[in-house]
Amino acid sequence: MLEVRELSVTYGAVSALRSVSFRAQEGEITAVLGANGAGKTTLLRAISGLAKPKSGSVHFDGRELLGNSVEDIARRGVAHVPEGRGIIEELTVEDNLHVATLWCTPRGRRQAAIEATFELFPRLSGFRHRHASTLSGGERQMLVLGRALITRPRLLLLDEPSLGLAPLVIAQLMTLLVDQTSGSDMTVVLVEQNARSALSVARRAIVLNLGQVVADDLAPTLAVNTELRRHYLGF
Amino acid sequence: MSLFINITLDGVTQGMIFAALALALVLIFRATRVINFAQGAMAMLTTFIASTLLDRGLNYWWAFVAALAIGFVLGALVQMVLIRPLEGKPDLNPVIVTIGLVIVLEGVAGAVYGNSSRGFPAAFSQSGLVVGGTRIAFSHFDVFILVAVLLLMAANLVLFRATTLGLRMRASAFAREVSRLLGVRVGRLLTLGWGLAGLVGALAGLLIAPTSAFGPYFMDLDLIYAFTAAVIGGLESPVGALVGGLVTGLCISYVGGYLGSGLEPLGALVLLMVTLMARPQGIFSRPSARVV
Amino acid sequence: MAPADVARYQVSPETGKPLRPRPWWGRARFPRQPLARHLVLALLGAVVLYFVTSALSPYNNVLVGEIALYLIALAGLSLLTGTTGQISLGQGAFMAVGAYTVALLMTHTHMNFVLELLAAIGAAATLGLLVGISATRLKGPYLAGATLLLALALPPIADKWSTTFGGDQGLTTIVPTAPGGINPEEWLAWIELAGALITLVLLANLLTSRFGRSFRAVRDNEVAASLSGVHVARTKVTAFAVSAGCAGLAGAFLGLSTGVVSTGEFPLTLSIELLAAMVLAGAGSLFGMWWGAILLVYVPQWSTSVSGDFGLGAGTSAYLATIIFGVVLIVVMIAAPSGIQGGLRWLWEHVSKQWSISRDERAAPRHATHFPPSAADHQPNLVHDPLNE
Repeated sequence: MLEVRELSVTYGAVSALRSVSFRAQEGEITAVLGANGAGKTTLLRAISGLAKPKSGSVHFDGRELLGNSVEDIARRGVAHVPEGRGIIEELTVEDNLHVATLWCTPRGRRQAAIEATFELFPRLSGFRHRHASTLSGGERQMLVLGRALITRPRLLLLDEPSLGLAPLVIAQLMTLLVDQTSGSDMTVVLVEQNARSALSVARRAIVLNLGQVVADDLAPTLAVNTELRRHYLGF
Repeated sequence: MSLFINITLDGVTQGMIFAALALALVLIFRATRVINFAQGAMAMLTTFIASTLLDRGLNYWWAFVAALAIGFVLGALVQMVLIRPLEGKPDLNPVIVTIGLVIVLEGVAGAVYGNSSRGFPAAFSQSGLVVGGTRIAFSHFDVFILVAVLLLMAANLVLFRATTLGLRMRASAFAREVSRLLGVRVGRLLTLGWGLAGLVGALAGLLIAPTSAFGPYFMDLDLIYAFTAAVIGGLESPVGALVGGLVTGLCISYVGGYLGSGLEPLGALVLLMVTLMARPQGIFSRPSARVV
Repeated sequence: MAPADVARYQVSPETGKPLRPRPWWGRARFPRQPLARHLVLALLGAVVLYFVTSALSPYNNVLVGEIALYLIALAGLSLLTGTTGQISLGQGAFMAVGAYTVALLMTHTHMNFVLELLAAIGAAATLGLLVGISATRLKGPYLAGATLLLALALPPIADKWSTTFGGDQGLTTIVPTAPGGINPEEWLAWIELAGALITLVLLANLLTSRFGRSFRAVRDNEVAASLSGVHVARTKVTAFAVSAGCAGLAGAFLGLSTGVVSTGEFPLTLSIELLAAMVLAGAGSLFGMWWGAILLVYVPQWSTSVSGDFGLGAGTSAYLATIIFGVVLIVVMIAAPSGIQGGLRWLWEHVSKQWSISRDERAAPRHATHFPPSAADHQPNLVHDPLNE
């Protein structure tokens, strides 16, 4: 279980997050919604160590994550898929996957893990020796998702996976995400601007506005709250 | 004709050394986007240390290995102490710091060893080989230079293409933040990259010293020739460094051989300017669309 | 934003500049027109310097003259690096061009002295223009490398054609005879100080002109500058040529000051020490360059005397100054990139804020702690919003 308590992040004189608290449970997708600039990306960056919070705590499986280096947090099973895909364009598709296995998979089993990922995303296996820069938007998203799942993460942080993708591809990705999450011990935090599709797969959701939590409830409850939808979610 | 052949041979030998030093620049630039203008001065220092060890009666090869090891440590130290604090600062800051390091290292070497140039031994005979009854400008030592630099390039290729350490180093050079998110300990790898560059630079110093006026400033010109070579090669590609080194070596050798040695730096300047105007990204780099 | 932040960023409705607390000396006592203001300052400076030089010994006048000539070279470098974000390691080479131009003209012609100086500026600026044109496409490290190569490539040319350039002995220069009664050292110091003041006035004026704004726009963001209609390449080339012209004048003065122009006067370390002094003084500032020039003249003096005290040889003392410059350059770059002038400015703002703003409101730290420091007239960046990143 991920438990964020009173997390505050400031950039200079501007606060990006103000005392944000929420929980995300194992085997569930928890959506983080809100408009541009609400602090969603900052929240993920603070959890994975990329942003240094001013105060607060981030507990995962009962241990404090804050104060650890980005690398160490990743090595505790936190996979953060940053906004804008985060593939390493100069490496081949296979090397992108390979890098992710280095710390968590013994040498002998890495190739098998890579093949398993290609089975999950058959489309990628045809491109395995191509530079990742040649992939399309949807293929890139498959690659980063595959690269995150290959480490068998305990906590998966996804930042705007649907950005710039066709509706059909979004639907496929969301289905895959639900398949991978339900019944597993993985906790998923899904940051989305596309509130409608996020609410359709999430069990719980929080809504951020100007760095503060303005709603925290079960996804279906939020989805029927017209007031909230009109003010913060834009649908 | 024999003059031409000798000048060409000399150019190839010089070019191989420039390629080695250019490789050092490339290793660092690729990983940290910094041009280490102190690479030459660092190599000067390790060569002076080797020279001191030789004066104390140490075997040549032990001094050779010691210089490489010290070069590695020096490179890693420079990264940890001087370059790491500048992360996230404007590009000019590390440039200025490495330039400051040049005058510190040269000043220290000058104060300790004096300004006069001294001799440095070569590993093998420096008298030219005899081919078909004529002596050519290519000695046993030049053969050693050729072999050493080619081995270095091969080792570099194996490291980056065939090992997971190389994969990690490439990943962290290309995408620092993403690599950290993937659990790659980027900080250590950057230090390692600077260390390797220091080692490669130290090798170049040991290869250059026997054929030049070995003193505190003896690497100044070689560094800038290596810079030219690295820029021609696109600053990111080891193969580019090799080709750029050969082009620069030959160019300088022809300018020096036919127009006079005083004009060699000017020849390099023209070569650099022409390259930069014709193809600012160098010849071996992929074009990058990133402007902002 | 917290209310305190808003108060700090209040902006004047007419000028768009941030409102500042009214200083104790009131307002508008000083000419507003930049040219007039700079001229008044320069005249005041000239009067002070006249009395200073009159009181000094000939030896100290030589040092004052050297400060003036380094000031010229540094001001040019500061304009280049601090305002357009370019870096030059070739300032010594441009100084050599200026020095040799004057020396050659003195050897072969009987031109007017001022014309000779102008020729030196012109020659260096022309070379600067050529380098600048080929360098427009070069970013930081490339330009640094290219100018470094220039600094290494030019001196051997003088050695190669030694009959023209005098070889190791070099060429001799003659200072024009002083008008009656003034001793020659003082006269040369005056000439050099006059050159420095004129240069400063011209550069300060350039910076407040439309060109100055283009310079800063290019430094801050080339893409944005070009989108706003600034001709980036032309701006960079101009800055480079102006900077080289300054070095030409400084080199001409250096040749006059030493009496001989030879390649040994312009080693690579000269270029690097100029860069170091410029960074220490605070890139981007013109008046701050006084600090740099004083350091360039006095650190070698001081290190010679220190070496003497510790019984180190003359050889070592020459290196000591260089080592000091290098170490301080590195430390400043890592710890305080805005240099001496930036530090003083920060101190001044800090103190004046403490006095003028109510006690419970702490003075804000300067936002620009990295290099190049923002100019004093920089407005707080209101557009930037980290939330939207």
